[in-house]
Amino acid sequence: MTTTATTASKAVHRIEVHPTAGDPVAQRIMHDAKALGIRMTGARSARVYLIEAELGDAGLGAVCSKLLADPVTERAVVGASDGSGTLIEVHPLPGVMDPAAGSVRDALHDLLGVDAEVTTGVRYEFEGISAGEAQNLARRLLANPVIQAIHAEPFHPDELPKGHEHESPLTHVPVRDLDDGALEKLSREAHLFLSLDEMRAIRDEYRRLEREPTTIELETIAQTWSEHCVHKTLKSRIVYREERHEGTEARRHEGAASLANNQSNDPACLRASVPVCLPLTFSNRPGHTINPDGSVTIDNLLKSTVAAATHELIAEGVDWTLSVFVDNAGVIAFDEDHAINVKVETHNHPSAIEPYGGAATGIGGCIRDVIGTGLGAKPIASTDVFCVAPPDTEDVPAGCLHPRRILSQVVAGVRDYGNRMGIPTVNGAVSFDHRYIGNPLVFCGSVGIMPRGENDCMITGAAQPGDRIIALGGRTGRDGIHGATFSSAELTDTHADEFSHAVQIGNAIEEKRVLDAILRARDYGVGRLEGTEARRHGGPDLVAGTQLDDPSCLRASVPSCLFNAITDCGAGGFSSAVGEMGEKLGAEVHLERAPLKYAGLTHTEIWISEAQERMVLAVPPENVAALQQICDEEHVELADLGHFGTPDRELILNHHGVVVGRLPMAFLHDGIPMPTREAVWGGRDGETDGERDEETKSRRDRVRASNDDAQSEDTSSLRLSVSASLRRLLSHPNIASKHWIIRQYDHEVQGNTVVRPLGGPAARGPMDAAVIEPVPGTGRGLAIACGLATGIGDPERGGDPYQMALAAIDECVRNLVCVGADPDRIAILDNFCWPSCRKPENLASLVRAAEGCYDGAKAYRTPFVSGKDSLNNQFTIPGEDGSDGRTIEIPPTLLITGVGIVPDISKCVTMDAKRAGNRIAIVEAAGPDSLCNMSRIGGSHLVDLTETPDDVESSAPLADLVEGPKLARFIAEAIRRGLVVSAHDASEGGPLVALAEMLIAGATPGAPLGATYVPCSPTPLVRHLGDRPHCYVLEIPPARVDEFNDLSLELGVMGTTWMGEITSTGLLDLHDETIPVEDLAKVWLGPLDW
Amino acid sequence: MPEHDDPRALVLRTAGTNCDGELVRAFTLAGCVVDLVHVDRLVADPAPIDRADVIGFPGGFSYGDDIASGRILAARLREQLWPSLRGAAERGCPMIGVCNGFQVLVQVGLLPGPADGEWPADRSPEPTVALAENEGGRFIDRWVGVEPVGDRCIWTRELAGRFGRETMMLPIAHGEGRFVAKDGATLAALESGGHIALRYTEAVNGSQGDIAGICDASGRIFGLMPHPERYLDWTRHPAWTRLDAGVRTGPTPGRLLFEAAVGAVRALASA
Repeated sequence: MTTTATTASKAVHRIEVHPTAGDPVAQRIMHDAKALGIRMTGARSARVYLIEAELGDAGLGAVCSKLLADPVTERAVVGASDGSGTLIEVHPLPGVMDPAAGSVRDALHDLLGVDAEVTTGVRYEFEGISAGEAQNLARRLLANPVIQAIHAEPFHPDELPKGHEHESPLTHVPVRDLDDGALEKLSREAHLFLSLDEMRAIRDEYRRLEREPTTIELETIAQTWSEHCVHKTLKSRIVYREERHEGTEARRHEGAASLANNQSNDPACLRASVPVCLPLTFSNRPGHTINPDGSVTIDNLLKSTVAAATHELIAEGVDWTLSVFVDNAGVIAFDEDHAINVKVETHNHPSAIEPYGGAATGIGGCIRDVIGTGLGAKPIASTDVFCVAPPDTEDVPAGCLHPRRILSQVVAGVRDYGNRMGIPTVNGAVSFDHRYIGNPLVFCGSVGIMPRGENDCMITGAAQPGDRIIALGGRTGRDGIHGATFSSAELTDTHADEFSHAVQIGNAIEEKRVLDAILRARDYGVGRLEGTEARRHGGPDLVAGTQLDDPSCLRASVPSCLFNAITDCGAGGFSSAVGEMGEKLGAEVHLERAPLKYAGLTHTEIWISEAQERMVLAVPPENVAALQQICDEEHVELADLGHFGTPDRELILNHHGVVVGRLPMAFLHDGIPMPTREAVWGGRDGETDGERDEETKSRRDRVRASNDDAQSEDTSSLRLSVSASLRRLLSHPNIASKHWIIRQYDHEVQGNTVVRPLGGPAARGPMDAAVIEPVPGTGRGLAIACGLATGIGDPERGGDPYQMALAAIDECVRNLVCVGADPDRIAILDNFCWPSCRKPENLASLVRAAEGCYDGAKAYRTPFVSGKDSLNNQFTIPGEDGSDGRTIEIPPTLLITGVGIVPDISKCVTMDAKRAGNRIAIVEAAGPDSLCNMSRIGGSHLVDLTETPDDVESSAPLADLVEGPKLARFIAEAIRRGLVVSAHDASEGGPLVALAEMLIAGATPGAPLGATYVPCSPTPLVRHLGDRPHCYVLEIPPARVDEFNDLSLELGVMGTTWMGEITSTGLLDLHDETIPVEDLAKVWLGPLDW
Repeated sequence: MPEHDDPRALVLRTAGTNCDGELVRAFTLAGCVVDLVHVDRLVADPAPIDRADVIGFPGGFSYGDDIASGRILAARLREQLWPSLRGAAERGCPMIGVCNGFQVLVQVGLLPGPADGEWPADRSPEPTVALAENEGGRFIDRWVGVEPVGDRCIWTRELAGRFGRETMMLPIAHGEGRFVAKDGATLAALESGGHIALRYTEAVNGSQGDIAGICDASGRIFGLMPHPERYLDWTRHPAWTRLDAGVRTGPTPGRLLFEAAVGAVRALASA
């Protein structure tokens, strides 16, 4: 077809496209390089295309002018242009996903009839730096050697890399005669990451089968049994005991805890030296047995805590959860016709090695979980939470990327994937701690909407015998192999080399096409309007007069939907997806039918590849043709891999007619041994109090050093003034404005965002929760928020993960009710990220956090609907001479994500201060424990700033499970009655930081806002600036104060303090000091304004 | 149920289009019957373009915005659908390109279009303006004040004077929205020829003349970087919780923009 076929032979053509109307890409690099201390005098960028095709000069000219270069703003050069500066080119390594290359290839075919292979790269020219500095810059900023090659000359290869066919022989792995040592060696060297018990179980099964496993069988078992897929720690039997030890600091927390003690009554903190009683008790918990020796046996921790709370709440009448813990995402009722599903995942280890791809595929995978719930959902919102080391970290261990780069790149990854998918990213958080240096945490959340169908028939799907196994979407490549087992391993400095194949780069548009096709297939039979495709979006009611008119909805299969079940290809690839869908039926798969990105994959690689953007559907044979047509129209590749249902419930794997694997589903899913695990609380002896004090001090030094404002203060002073402390807290990276991140995300695509992450007249106020109107025009909303209280459980500070869990749930609930969510319609999710739980101390801290989840969910009546754990988050720096080295464990991190129904979005309240003359109320828990909380500094950000004064407890505040839920309902009712014009949750930095944020948010240029805040006593500081649960700051018009007080009396709320009022002075007036609000805004906005 | 004589809106989509749902809603609320059609289907049969009363090019990342924003979709429209698009332009069919749709319309040459309003028959006009990478080199999402300019553009002229500063805003969400004209003369001609339809009230992305949207010589084809279809309800305003209830009555600027164009369609039909 090519017009030049007669004159051109196939060759690699190089085309550069240079910007001619400014070069913001280069300007941005100069800016970022400056932050790294590399100063250049000029920079230029250009895109590079390598096109392998039969193209003559005319053809090349057409490619340039019709496709690659804009006539107004760009100039194309064929070949390599001369440059004056230092040249750097960055090109993807062979086999790495290059979405732009695919688009160019398709466009060349569609528009010019040219068949080509394409890769893309970027060319940079730098002025004023040496070649060495340019290389350094390239490694630190422009390229990641895991996925990209750096060239110092124009890259123009003779041919583009291609895969090579090679034999994929059937190999058996002898295991039947292996002893323990050999089994462990095999597990380690084959990257199976299975325990000795598990390896023994495999050996015994094959002895029973009287043969050796094939490679693919062994890999299938390893994937299915990975921590990532089966959550074997959380589901195992645990024996938990507490060890009293005579430490000094730690004593304050562990104190006189008795396992059967159910008193939390002790106002003893008022006498500072007396230990505080722990409220956590183990009597009367489901699945828990208290043994004669005082230890506790817990059968299946997950089932006995997180899930138990949900099932008990359902038994007590919570009737709006529709699917919990069984599907890819939890599902709750939204209204009579629609359900909301929600999932939060982590993608920590891939993000440590390749942050951009790791984060992008993290959000991509979580979105696929939401798409693949029930019979398919449409994603309507995303969330992201990052935990990284402080950005000013100087000493970065070998094998780790710098935290600033990690944060920049994970933000870019979430941005590029979420924005391209057209899903608003509406909520998130960033938490900094030096222990995330080698193992950052990347949490990605996704929220979807789905039609419920008659009798909720759309909420669950199930493959039927005879259904075809249909793979949709991206092709399978070698990318992402061993992701599931990798995520279950511990990171070391060599992981970037060993596991570069586990890294994946996302292609959001592929996933968008898959989503479009799936929603059309889901709604295939639903009354489509004549002559329009507008119905295809199903869920949200896009076109007037097109209510869902779902026909009879038989349970076996929903007639309007072309498929019976759907799931995503996540960790473990086809092996997990097909294995899970076929668990009850068996499945037979023909691996050669999977479309491949390039030749040369073995059958095992095809089976376990975690290549992105793939979904697996169970499709009745008679529906395949209709699905094929939809996929053709949406440019989605469809492959029929085999069928569900085998006579003996086996998994049968074929490759070109040869059976390469044959496993009983029963062994695969039920054969994993569940050993009893030991958990010991209080036995932490890995570090001395001295070391802990050292860490706290160095953290404090870092915070001080990073704070310009603090330079002018007397940093040696133990007793900072309120205003100095407030400034420092506002510039603490955990508290400082995250606008640099938020502004890069599209938070209002789909047009339904009602409360944004940043609000107020200048859009600089940090909103407590986002609100969307999932079905526009109905007035019913969904609030989305999170809670994170890592400091309260921090082992470095003697914290208690039980209290941390309660505080995180409380914070999440507070955030939701502050914008107008109904506290009786809040569902929550747990994401545990822990250091290795093979260590009994860490497992004990996990147990305590899980118990907190149970108590918190029950007390707040907020069922958990989904969750995920990642239990090997630590980084080992090898010692000299091959010694064991040093392991940096992350602080145990529990993210609570919540979604709450907002019955009427017109009643939503935001946190920006509104009007001078309004009164300021601080509402917090009343009662002896809560009064004690006002002098407890543990877990507070204030600890980072100042030595603990004598009149303050070093322990963390305790949650009050009576007052906390009561206050949430009180605040919600006050908002519902319209008594409150602003509400803000006071957690990090206490009520005064919350008030400062409200003022910063409400200020308008030309119309300044201020406030009076008149405490009866400026000390202790922690009263005003300490992190604590159950605390709200409200703005109430004077005319509504009486009603508010009446409501307080009615609901028995005693903890309201009228602290001052909003003014128009532009000053925060603390009685003996005043601070301009704009000064506060400056210190709050500055630190992360990258 | 829609009346038989309600105007027919065509919303065009392709892989990576992602603001089609809200654009469909905007036309529906303005009283249209809406067809949402994939560009492949139009290439196979352009009849939906030929019978459309108004056409919308939604935002998103068509084909991933690979190569550059809107590049591949624009190339397809130029190479494969020009006769039908030209026909629509000639019969006065209003068109709106939002964000990615605007980027597409300028690369197709439908905007700013020929100064004399005479559309070339054989091939689309050469682009004379572009939407380049933002100053600052980053994607940006924020609300920004805008002001309608002149009385040429049927989409924006009715907005003039109807709203105060605090409500006459629109959200932007783009990485490549910096308006650039080919040269000074082109920019001057756009200004003097009444092609400028919407300006930002502050510098947001480095656009020449703070230009947010332009129209063709007829004022019926309009493209803009901000998203009016995200402002169909008062609860979408970025600080609506502090607006007086009195301000939050009547149509929003976003809704009025679509109502104005659909009103022009009805006026043309009854004339």
